[in-house]
Amino acid sequence: MKGRGLAVYTWLALGYLFFYLPIILLVANSFNASRIGSHWGGFSLHWYRQLFADEQILHSAWLSVQIAFFSACGATVLGGFAGLALGRMGKFRGRTALAGMVAAPLVMPEVITGLSLLLLFVSMRAVFGWPHARGALTITIAHITFCLAYVAVVVQSRVATMDASLEEAAMDLGGRPFRVLLDITIPGIAPALLSGWLLSFTLSLDDLVISSFVSGPGANTLPMLIFSKVKLGITPDINALAALIIGVVTLGVSVAGGWMFAQQRQALVLQRQQRTERP
Amino acid sequence: MTADTPVISTRDLSKQFGDYVAVDHLSLDVRAGEIFVILGGSGCGKTTLLRMLAGLEQPDTGRIFIDGRDVTDTPPYERPVNMMFQSYALFPHMSVSDNVAYGLRKEGLPRATIRDRVREMLGLVKLEGLEGRKPGQLSGGQRQRVALARALVKRPRVLLLDEPLAALDKKLREHTQFELSNLQDQLGVSFVVVTHDQEEAMTLASRIAVMDQGRFVQVGSPQEVYEYPATRFVAEFVGSTTLFAGIVRESGPEGVVIVCEGIESALPGPPSAALQAGASALIAVRPEKIQLSKERPEAAAGRVILQGIVQDLAYYGGRSVYRVRLPGGQMVSVSAQNRIRAAERTLEWDEAVFLSWARESAVVLQG
Repeated sequence: MKGRGLAVYTWLALGYLFFYLPIILLVANSFNASRIGSHWGGFSLHWYRQLFADEQILHSAWLSVQIAFFSACGATVLGGFAGLALGRMGKFRGRTALAGMVAAPLVMPEVITGLSLLLLFVSMRAVFGWPHARGALTITIAHITFCLAYVAVVVQSRVATMDASLEEAAMDLGGRPFRVLLDITIPGIAPALLSGWLLSFTLSLDDLVISSFVSGPGANTLPMLIFSKVKLGITPDINALAALIIGVVTLGVSVAGGWMFAQQRQALVLQRQQRTERP
Repeated sequence: MTADTPVISTRDLSKQFGDYVAVDHLSLDVRAGEIFVILGGSGCGKTTLLRMLAGLEQPDTGRIFIDGRDVTDTPPYERPVNMMFQSYALFPHMSVSDNVAYGLRKEGLPRATIRDRVREMLGLVKLEGLEGRKPGQLSGGQRQRVALARALVKRPRVLLLDEPLAALDKKLREHTQFELSNLQDQLGVSFVVVTHDQEEAMTLASRIAVMDQGRFVQVGSPQEVYEYPATRFVAEFVGSTTLFAGIVRESGPEGVVIVCEGIESALPGPPSAALQAGASALIAVRPEKIQLSKERPEAAAGRVILQGIVQDLAYYGGRSVYRVRLPGGQMVSVSAQNRIRAAERTLEWDEAVFLSWARESAVVLQG
């Protein structure tokens, strides 16, 4: 028994190591005083100072966050409506087509999506004179189009599990359709909207391929900047930036996990309370 | 609008889903203050009918009237009816009092009025003290009462109830049946109840409509529907019954006489104007109308006496149900009150017995 336990833990440790060794190395290197990754030159915050002095990186990071925020909002609104239509409106003309078209960006290679969007923007400019220049706006539009698909799928599956008679009951009690949407449907799918928003935010923040296609001069998102810097050789201030991002993500996941855990505990306590109350 | 204008009525109402006819040219009238129960098996169209009354489904043809006013094209949020859903459909993110207040808020009533009416209604359904709970924190019976309160607080002309007791366990169901009747009595609201449970229908209803394949087969008081079923379907669906199929030999003012295959003596039944000699007919006899005895009962005018063998018996405590086989192979079910203790019971399996019933307690149906 003891021998088996040891083997299991060894495997577990190897698995974790496989996943997290690169990240540990990266974080460690961000504190490395030496410029060369394979040599430990002592603990230092030098690269962090350099990072915060680098206007270009900070500018790109801020641009990426802004694009991610607006893309996530836009995708949540549009994708939410698409998901609602697919999940709630029953059979309508063109439903199959809509379902297929909404899901298509999920399986479409990014290169194709990026290229086709670029072609669209170029020809729109030739025909309408808009968008005048490519940049943050075109990137945001492009991100909304592919994030929308993710939100639609998440919302649709949530709507499908929601009891349709809730909305009917609200209508029966005098709620007009738009009020019912606000009072009943949106609170019901709120978790799906939130996870769709977060998913879109991360997808947008992370996107390199599509952004590269539809961006113009002057609009460099963080992934684009990092990628171009890496081509010239990695500078350790990128490590520092990556370490910061990892820190933020870890913090976010921990807070969300802790909140969910607290909710579950509360539900459990209430259940127990109820059991003792009942005769 | 006169005093006897029906509260809710339909004329020639139909609804079809593809090839399936859910409701077939149906007309009904529900009177003020009655509990009108629509009884039918699954797929008979009863829920579709209820949803059309609520406005959640548009009829293909026909009109719906509430207090004589045509509401066929009125959306659900403007109809003076409310519905209690089978799943209760309580809003999971709202507290009990917010659930009950929802309909009143949509009416735009003043805050104080809403508070008073919610409190009054929660008192009526005995939910005081649970105002702040979420539906997820309530038991099944409590949820049922929240759903009822939420629909009734709007003071609808008609309350529509879709299988109101189906989700409750048996003990609670019996209790709730009486509560529901009392509440209806106090408030004077008309109820239209849809159910597949004939016991529920019997205890709740002022009138029962038995529904089959989108039509009402019979409408009447519970007694009428049980004692005088109009068709074979009603006789078999409501309660249990034994049917004897045969040919009419005589039909007159004193009754009909029917010759059944496999039964030696012809079976007499009450008179039926619809049946002439030579027509095929059915005689239906309820299990509790038949008497069992070991000795041949004394022959009397209009008394039917048959002989058989006890094939099966089921003990239910208060009563026992016997299945008796006649010489021709026909099975007859008989129920008997256990007036003496079962341990001293005299009828056993494979015992020869005599069955007898009064001619008038049988029902003659067209075959």
